[in-house]
Amino acid sequence: MATRHSRSAARLMMAPAVVLLLGWMLVPLVMTLWFSFRKYLPLRGGDLGWVGFDNYASFIRSSAFWPSVQVTLTLVVGVLAITLVVGVLLALLLDQPMWGQGIVRILVIAPFFVMPTVSALVWKNIMMDPNNGFLGHLWRAVGLQPIDWLSQASMGSIILIVSWEWLPFATLILLTALQSLDSEQMEAAEMDGAGPLARFGFITLPHLGRAITVVILIQTIFLLSIFAEIFVTTGGAFGTRTLTYLIYQRVLESQNVGLGSAGGVYAIILANIVAIFLMRIVGKNLDA
Amino acid sequence: MARMVSTRRKTINTVLAWGVGLIIFFPILWITVLSFKSEGDAIRTPIEVLTAPWTLESYATVQERSNYLKHFWNSVILSVGSTFLGLLVAVPAAWSMAFVPSKRTKDILMWMLSTKMLPAVGVLYPIYLLFIRMGLLDSRLGLTIVLMLINLPIIVWMLYTYFREIPGEILEAARMDGAGLREEILYVLTPMAVPGIASTVLLNVILAWNEAFWTLNLTAATAAPLTAFIASYSSPEGLFYAKLSAASVMAIAPILILGWFSQKQLVRGLTFGAVK
Repeated sequence: MATRHSRSAARLMMAPAVVLLLGWMLVPLVMTLWFSFRKYLPLRGGDLGWVGFDNYASFIRSSAFWPSVQVTLTLVVGVLAITLVVGVLLALLLDQPMWGQGIVRILVIAPFFVMPTVSALVWKNIMMDPNNGFLGHLWRAVGLQPIDWLSQASMGSIILIVSWEWLPFATLILLTALQSLDSEQMEAAEMDGAGPLARFGFITLPHLGRAITVVILIQTIFLLSIFAEIFVTTGGAFGTRTLTYLIYQRVLESQNVGLGSAGGVYAIILANIVAIFLMRIVGKNLDA
Repeated sequence: MARMVSTRRKTINTVLAWGVGLIIFFPILWITVLSFKSEGDAIRTPIEVLTAPWTLESYATVQERSNYLKHFWNSVILSVGSTFLGLLVAVPAAWSMAFVPSKRTKDILMWMLSTKMLPAVGVLYPIYLLFIRMGLLDSRLGLTIVLMLINLPIIVWMLYTYFREIPGEILEAARMDGAGLREEILYVLTPMAVPGIASTVLLNVILAWNEAFWTLNLTAATAAPLTAFIASYSSPEGLFYAKLSAASVMAIAPILILGWFSQKQLVRGLTFGAVK
């Protein structure tokens, strides 16, 4: 039984973490909200007063807004589709008996530990550069015209780079879930005459359901705020400007803080919608 | 009978899995090769690259020209510093939530997690402004604090899931034997919590090392860790393949090694215990 003494001690021990996070959340959030209602141009006159919802309206009405939403969605959906489909197949493969399983696992999860700026630059220059890049050499070796990936197929290239970074995460989580699958159930289904596809569809996939949901939610939250990959590859050019990047450009590059802050509020709302679903799943697990 | 089929199937699995594994790993493998070639050789065709002489000159050039070690130390200080600062705050919090839970414990945990989901770009300018006002822009101290704060929810959460697995009866037994709160934490809980704390440290060092939003936006020449230093190669001058490769290999090698040790904890830490 916890005594009253230990209860107040517990509250005291929790206080620093709670206070720090509360400050970290509230102070910048309130500032962003405040800026979003003001015309604020630090380099061109500073704070020029209250403008109501003007920033919110002009952020949405600007010609860059809808394309950026479209790019963001394409990126998130594209990366999710690739990492999930390939991730499930890869997890199934890695779950099979083989020689050197441990080493293959290490090879497969390695990209996750590569910092975003490195993976983006290595792909941009060393893999995808049409003149000297590896893919360029490969294309020439089979008699094809090398492709300037990041300008001619910009969206596809970024999706490829980001998928490469996130495939290990999806694979690892799906593999972990797969390994908790009851093998007796599988054998029983096999004895009852269920083929490999039926077994996958009726046993494996439902068992992976929760892991897949978790992968989708967590990746979505990270993918919505992808920044470094675009910063060092295209800088938002060639139709790769995501919502995050657009806000960054408004705030720091063109120093239109009011407008950028309104965009920031939109981004926060968008992330919250995803977060609510994730929290529900995590919360359910907490009770179990 | 199943055994006999399995050798053939095992061979097929092995070939397939190694093939896929090597394709995924290839960019890392290739920059490792390029990093040991001269700048002129690094842009030749792959066959010519492989047959070209091996050299360490790019590693030397990177250090010489750009003071690589400074950025490397920045990364070490930021990632290790932020993790330990985070532990200092998180251990007591996670301890109290795991062992003296109240009705609100779950809500507090969920709320902490929700702060992690706030998109950084939404609060970019306020933080930028506060950093300028407090003279923290391009300082290691400021960035250490920010990295600590963004990873604090994960640290608290991971520690909580580990602490919760420590049976409460042991603590009760210690209390019966007359152990006070201090002894309880020091002699009973700490030894049992060490593996959990170690995994938490590992994962958070990795996350902080690779963080590439705040490190890019809040640093310049002085406090830039490797993430920001590498980004300077996005507008290169002249030939730079071998140098970029060498700098990249040095930047990712320590974390790759740490990461391989933390595979299990990774799943747990990144899914907040939802997948075990």
